[in-house]
Amino acid sequence: MYEQIARNKRHTFFMLAMFFVLILALVIAFNFLLGFGAIGFAIAITVAIAMAWGSYWYSDRIALRVSRARPADGPEFRRYHNLVEGLCIAAGLPKPRLYVVDDSAPNAFATGRNPKHAAVAVTTGLLEKMNRVELEGVLAHELSHIKNYDILLTTVAVTAVGAIALLADLGLRFMWFGGRRRGSSNSGAAGGILALFALVFLVVAPLVAQVMKFSLSRRRELLADVSGVHLTRYPPGLIAALEKLRDDQAVVRTASHATEQLWIESPLETKEGKADHKGTWLNRAFNTHPPLEQRIQILKEM
Amino acid sequence: MGIALIVLAILVVVLVGYLVLTFNGLVRLRNRIDNAFSQIDVQLKRRYDLIPNLVETVKGYAEHERGTFEMVTQARANAINANEAGDAHQQAQAENVLSGALKSLFAVAEAYPDLKANQNFLQLQEELTSTEDRIAYARQFYNDQVLGFNTKIQSFPPNIVAGAFNFTEREFFDVPEGETAVPTVEF
Repeated sequence: MYEQIARNKRHTFFMLAMFFVLILALVIAFNFLLGFGAIGFAIAITVAIAMAWGSYWYSDRIALRVSRARPADGPEFRRYHNLVEGLCIAAGLPKPRLYVVDDSAPNAFATGRNPKHAAVAVTTGLLEKMNRVELEGVLAHELSHIKNYDILLTTVAVTAVGAIALLADLGLRFMWFGGRRRGSSNSGAAGGILALFALVFLVVAPLVAQVMKFSLSRRRELLADVSGVHLTRYPPGLIAALEKLRDDQAVVRTASHATEQLWIESPLETKEGKADHKGTWLNRAFNTHPPLEQRIQILKEM
Repeated sequence: MGIALIVLAILVVVLVGYLVLTFNGLVRLRNRIDNAFSQIDVQLKRRYDLIPNLVETVKGYAEHERGTFEMVTQARANAINANEAGDAHQQAQAENVLSGALKSLFAVAEAYPDLKANQNFLQLQEELTSTEDRIAYARQFYNDQVLGFNTKIQSFPPNIVAGAFNFTEREFFDVPEGETAVPTVEF
C-alpha cells in the first residue's frame, strides 16, 4: 500500500517535470522561429494563470453550483455525516462541507482549493444503493482527493496546458503573418529543417499536453483509490462500491465535460458504453478516469 | 580568501536552516501525537455519554432483560473509572469489556421488533456505531503519527537533532486481545 502511494506520487512528479520540459521546449521552438520566446512565454503564462485562477479559488462554489448540489442538512443524512467525521479523524483533516445532488445515478465528488475550503457531494442514488462500508470507501476516496490537494494539482496542469496552447497558437499566428526570426544566423538547409521541426512541434505540443493532463488525472484517481483504502484499512469496502458502480448503467444528469474529472466515476456516457472501456489507445488516452475494471483489479491485489 | 569566507558563510546558513527546520518538524509531529491522544479520549467520553440514553430506550421495550442492563451500566462505570485513573492498559481492557457489553445489548435488542422500529433506538444505534468507528480511527491516527515520528527520529540525519534535544520514541497504542471476556450476571 505504501509502495503504491509512493509510486503514484513519483509518477505525478515525473508528469509535472514533463510539463515543465514541454513548456521549455516550446519556448525554445518559439524563440527559434520568431525571436521573442521570453515575451511570448510571459504573455501565455499570465493569461493562462488569470484564466485558471478564478476557477481554482472558487472551485468549490463553482462545482457545487453547476451540479445543483444542496447542503446535506437533516436527520436522514446522519450516517453520511458520521462516516465523514470518522474518516476526517483518521486523516487528520478538518471536516469539509457536505452536499447532496438529487440524482438516482450513484456518484460522488470532492472539491475545494485546500482542506479548509473543501466540500464533498454525493448523489441521493449513492446514499440509497451503497451499504455502510461501501459508502465509507467512496467517501474515503473523495477525502483523499482533498488530502492530496488534487484540485490544486489539476489546476496547475490545466494552467500548463492552457499556457502551452496559447503559446503555440500565438507562435503559429505570428508565423502565418510572416514573422520571421530577425538576424538569422542559421540560414540554409539545416536552419530550414530545424524551422520545420519547430513548426511541427508548435502544432503538436498542445495535443501532447492534453494527453499528459489526462494521464495525470487518471494517475490521481488511482492514488485516491489507494489513499482511501489506506484511511479505512479495508479494501473490500471500496472494491464492492466500484463493482456496484461498474454494474450500474445510470448517468448523472447535471454532469458535463467541465466537471467530468471531479466525480469518482466518469458520469458521462462513453460511445462504447460504460461496461466496455476498450476502444483504441487514442480514445482511452483522453479518459479522465481509469477503467473501473483496472481500479478494482489494483485494489484486489493489495 | 574572500570566496572561501563566503562559501563558509553559506554553509553555516544552510546548516542552521536545516537544524531549525528539522527541530520544528519534530516539535510539530510530537504535538500532533499528543493531540491525537486527547482525540481518543474525546471519542471515548462521547461513548460514555450516549450509553445511558440507549439503556433507557431499550428498557422501555425489554424491561425484564435486567441482566444485560446491569452489565452495560457496570462496564461503563468501570471504564469511566479506569479512564480517570489513567492507567493505559487497564483503560484499554475496560473499554474492551464495555464494547462487549454493548454488543450483547444490541444482540438482545434483535429479539424485539418493536424496539428495532423505534426511531430513537435506530438513531442511538447509528451514533454508537459511528462512535466506535471514531474511537478506532482516532487510535489509528495516533498510531500513524507515532509511526511517522519514530521513523523520523530514527533516520539519519534527523536522529542527531532528536538526540540533542531529547526527542524520544513514543509507544504505539495497542489494544490487548483476548481480554474480551464479558462478565455474566446471575439473577
